[in-house]
Amino acid sequence: MENEGIKRDYGCEYFNPEVETLSRGEIEALQLKRLRETVQHCMNSAFYRSRFEEAGLTPDDIRTLDDLRKIPFTTKQDLRDTYPFGTASVPLEKCVRLHSSSGTTGNPTVILHTDRDLDEWANQVARNLWMVGLRPTDVFQNSSGYGMFTGGLGFQYGAEKLGMLTVPAAAGNSLRQIKFIKDFGTTAVHAVPSYLTRLKEVMDQEGVDPRRDTKLRIFAIGAEPHSEEQRRRIEEMFGVKAYNSFGMSEMCGPGVGFECKEQNGLHFWEDYYIVEIVDPETLEPVPDGEIGELVLTTLRREAMPLLRYRTRDLTRVLGRSCPCGRNHVRIDRMRGRSDDMMVLKGVNIFPIQIEKILMQFPELASNYLITLTTDNNGDNMTVEVELEELFTDDYVGLQNLAKSVQRALKDEILLTPYVKLVAKGSLPQSEGKAVRVVDKRSVYK
Amino acid sequence: MTLKQLSIFLENRGGTLVRVLDLLSQAGIQIIASSVADTQDYGIYRVLCDDPQKAYDILRESAINVQLSDVIAISIDDTPGSAARAVKALSDAGVGIRYLYSFLWKGRGVLAFRADSGDRACEVISTAGITCLTSF
Repeated sequence: MENEGIKRDYGCEYFNPEVETLSRGEIEALQLKRLRETVQHCMNSAFYRSRFEEAGLTPDDIRTLDDLRKIPFTTKQDLRDTYPFGTASVPLEKCVRLHSSSGTTGNPTVILHTDRDLDEWANQVARNLWMVGLRPTDVFQNSSGYGMFTGGLGFQYGAEKLGMLTVPAAAGNSLRQIKFIKDFGTTAVHAVPSYLTRLKEVMDQEGVDPRRDTKLRIFAIGAEPHSEEQRRRIEEMFGVKAYNSFGMSEMCGPGVGFECKEQNGLHFWEDYYIVEIVDPETLEPVPDGEIGELVLTTLRREAMPLLRYRTRDLTRVLGRSCPCGRNHVRIDRMRGRSDDMMVLKGVNIFPIQIEKILMQFPELASNYLITLTTDNNGDNMTVEVELEELFTDDYVGLQNLAKSVQRALKDEILLTPYVKLVAKGSLPQSEGKAVRVVDKRSVYK
Repeated sequence: MTLKQLSIFLENRGGTLVRVLDLLSQAGIQIIASSVADTQDYGIYRVLCDDPQKAYDILRESAINVQLSDVIAISIDDTPGSAARAVKALSDAGVGIRYLYSFLWKGRGVLAFRADSGDRACEVISTAGITCLTSF
């Protein structure tokens, strides 16, 4: 990845000054041009060709930005149905990277990238990090999972493009993280917010004071829902500014939206995406300020452009101007989901995955309840499940069952939940759709 | 040479024990001995009573997680050292005890327990000439 930042004026607030400071009119003109290119390019994908045919649409029908609404939505299920390469708009030989969702229900979703996609993705991340004040003189430690999870390589490439010394520390091993932070003079860290809380605990145990013993000044946090209070707490704990990051592998990964220094909503880069907020029931647009489902259309993706992709994230538009000089739409932090997906420690989990595992144990009844909580170590999941039959008169036998269930769940969802066996009939029975998930994490207060 | 014992799954929250005791009392069941160990989320309430089959049926009808199992109950003198001698016989023979509770019944001591090998435990008891309770 080329170090582009080193060639730039460090005093300039913008990494891509021309596009970041476009007026609304200029943004929309650029969007229309790129939308038409994207729609045309989508006709190289068998999936979108048949979508357009079914809808009786041709690329020429898209003449204004409002015409976007003629195009049918794309869903995660579409990506599963066309697994692995069915939505690709370029031949595979042009692709250089593949990422995949963490979910293991049915087919995962596969996202392909050309080399230009990777470069544009890195540019978005670099733009974000520059926006909050990072420069090639900074040292960036990426304490995010690498591998299929886009938070690893996504931030790595972006931070390198900005020109920072970038440490691929990856997730976990807090003592080593702290040693790196001290020894390398790390000034910025990217991590899920719950991990930073954990890191501070270990610092406390080790007698490390981040204000005295480190050069930390900026955090990029994202990939799991968190509240404003949680962010402020992290900032106070470390004496560091923490900026909210939004990304999703379907769009590329991190980089799609990021807070500026105002910390008043995430700028979504409208030269790269068209942002819509729709009512998840009627799928009609909602006015600015009202909460709805975020729908994104990619404008520069080459390998796998997506039109009107339903993210299932609930949020709202905060504004289309900002004291920072950027007119790219400001989007509120994510307020929840319009489906039942849970996001824990950066892992996407659907209740059906949990249910599938529980049903494999004949000792267990079909009633269960998932409770999500936050403590100082981050997010926790408790799975309560009713016993079908008391198959043992022995406490150890019950403990062994709980452990087996816990292991099987970990293999499925990659996190270790606390498994609690409960008596038959003791969980709340609801009429119709059972309440399976209770989210007590502070973000949903 | 065993007794039928009820094992009842009890969640560690208010009212669960009362519910079971109420059901047994309404059915006119007499509890002879019972025991519950402390645990984090849940415990197993073990009960010896005058009519275990009836008690089991009643609890099942009320959708309570219950199991009917066999437990060895040996009768010993109500004197210092009797329990030690009985347990030593099992221990010397390499029979482990998973749980045990004791009570007085008609002037004699009773040790009710689950051995890791029930058959081996019975053998040892017979050889040692220890009396077992098989009903109340």
